[in-house]
Amino acid sequence: MQGRLNILGAFFSVIILLAASVLAGCNEDSSKQPATQSMAPTTSTTAPTATISATPSAIPVGDQVTIEWQTTDASSVSITGIGSVPSSGTRTVSPPVTTTYRLVAKGPGGRAEAATVVTIMKTPVTVVVQPPPAQPAAAPATTQTPEQEFAANVVDIFFDYDAYEVRPDAQSNLSKDAAYLVNHPNLNIIIGGYCDERGSNEYNVALGENRANSVKDALVTAGVAANRIHVVSYGKEKPFCTDSTEECWQQNRRAGITLDTPGHE
Amino acid sequence: MNLHRRIISLYPIALIAALLLTLTSLASAQDEVHAMGGTNGERLRIAAATFKATNTDAQTNALKATFDATFYNDLASAGIFDMVSRSLAPQDSPGSPSEIKVDSWSAAPANATMVAFGSIGVSNGKLAVSGWVFDTHNTANPQVVGKQYNEVASQDNARKVAHQFADEIIYRLGGGINGIAETKIYYVSSRSGTKEIWAMDYDGQNAHQVTNLGTISISPRISPDNTKLAFASMGRQGWAIHVFSLELNRDLSFPTGTIGTSNLTPAWSGNGEHLAFSSSRSGDPDIWVADSRGSKADRLTNTKGPDVAPTWNPRTNAQLAWVSGRSGLPQIYIMDADGTNVQRLTDGGYAISPSWSPNGQFLTFSWNRKYGPGAPGGQDIYVMDIASKKWIQLTHGSGSNDYPSWAPDGRHIVFERSLGGHSDLWMMLADGTEQKQLTHGGNSFMPNWSWK
Repeated sequence: MQGRLNILGAFFSVIILLAASVLAGCNEDSSKQPATQSMAPTTSTTAPTATISATPSAIPVGDQVTIEWQTTDASSVSITGIGSVPSSGTRTVSPPVTTTYRLVAKGPGGRAEAATVVTIMKTPVTVVVQPPPAQPAAAPATTQTPEQEFAANVVDIFFDYDAYEVRPDAQSNLSKDAAYLVNHPNLNIIIGGYCDERGSNEYNVALGENRANSVKDALVTAGVAANRIHVVSYGKEKPFCTDSTEECWQQNRRAGITLDTPGHE
Repeated sequence: MNLHRRIISLYPIALIAALLLTLTSLASAQDEVHAMGGTNGERLRIAAATFKATNTDAQTNALKATFDATFYNDLASAGIFDMVSRSLAPQDSPGSPSEIKVDSWSAAPANATMVAFGSIGVSNGKLAVSGWVFDTHNTANPQVVGKQYNEVASQDNARKVAHQFADEIIYRLGGGINGIAETKIYYVSSRSGTKEIWAMDYDGQNAHQVTNLGTISISPRISPDNTKLAFASMGRQGWAIHVFSLELNRDLSFPTGTIGTSNLTPAWSGNGEHLAFSSSRSGDPDIWVADSRGSKADRLTNTKGPDVAPTWNPRTNAQLAWVSGRSGLPQIYIMDADGTNVQRLTDGGYAISPSWSPNGQFLTFSWNRKYGPGAPGGQDIYVMDIASKKWIQLTHGSGSNDYPSWAPDGRHIVFERSLGGHSDLWMMLADGTEQKQLTHGGNSFMPNWSWK
């Protein structure tokens, strides 16, 4: 009842809401940076440290890996692909492709990074639909198929909430992707734009398009021919994971890079 | 408390009266028998008698039950009547003007100002319905409406005749605005396993699948003449706009430019001559306008970031509203149809999915005014008066609400409400009252109300 009266007040009021006054109440800037929001502010000026490890570091697709990390003197800690995290901890992940987990610790004293790679082992031959039983620790890296090599060298790019600019901490991955693609000029790729579950399907398809195009533009600038790149936006229609958590949302805010195999089109 | 409740209960009525004042004034030039209620928003009290069965044909009773229920619901949902409940109405079923005892309907407890009544029967496979509306206060000349209908006897036609008779009454007693009982709602449903376009009657009945593409199809928009359905579908080459002919039952050509780009959110102009849509054919999602065959495409916006979900001012076809992420989170903007005079309407938060009211004065859209990780905001439906930028909030704290779409009468809005991961379609009056759930499968999305 009270709510109804308030609405009517708002509607009939001769005082037009000034855009500026409401904008001042809207926390737009801080809301755009969830992955780097501060966890535990400190006053230290000592340079941060960061270590990260994965156990085991190579798994068949579908298995789980424990990521363990420690930082010191950091006020903001994040891991690409996971998002904002406590200063130290463990997290179980099950990446679908070979993934670099980059720990970034920022503090008043500076910035520290560490990375660990989780390698997804695939059986030789083509794409594995289901991991075959009783083939542990097969497929050493020296006998990779082109698909495996691609997956090991070209990683997905993750984005901040409602943003389509490539994050500073994703630049090194993007450079690595570009270097591999420049050195393999006969490979064509599909960049898929993905968004988390929040907001409108329609808006998110456009946002995913912008994400995929940001990565495409960066790769083209780095020397990858534009006609080798095919962009498609999935918006929030094909999520990688479906939990309503920041970890899951971060997994879904990505430009996914896959091989555009002959016959695909 | 009783007094308090009474006083406040008048507010929504006063509000919708204010919202609709322009609508009724638009209609005032026409010859209308009865204006809706008084200026204080008092509604016309109407009773709907159950119709009299004219024979004992096996089909009569089944079709009569459908007709009575549909007809009562149509009048009760119209948003302009104070409906006499069945329990307060006389229990007789007058089948013709000579059989009705007007006094029994005007007396307490019914207190009806108007009473609708008539007869229904099936013979030789034909459904015959006669219906009247009497003004109980005009004993000298009580007849306000008198109609006869003849159709092939079927459940669908019993519903159709009920809708037609209800719309006739709503038109005559509601200020000359066409009723919505014969309108359709197009929407997305995943009940077949993939997101396809479906259609149903405005009351949730008669749901049926329109597309069967097996991919992801979203954003249905029916053309103003009800013959063509535009929507966006994901294929291997990205998102393409489809224009599906409901008459020919096939896709019409709508070329969408460069392969591998996103073409989204089509929107018909009110005259059906143009489609506005979002396309990234130039490298970034912008608003474009083309003719109804996809030719003569012009880009209207040219800023970095998402530009999607255009909607035309259906009265003038000279302005568009849409969603832009040019300043960060998505906001509602308007511009002229040539891309000039861009104005931002929302002042923050996360604002999406605009739909322009039939009279050109209002936008309804979905807005989360306190959007952000951990922020307490909810995604709710709002209506904004475009000239003043004053707004009212229509939904409050019930699920996540998106994709509002105006009904052609300007009195109703259909929208998607997601509760606990289940999305269904709801309708309400344009002041947020009388919210009613239309679908129940938990997999219905993105409603679009037909233009007539």
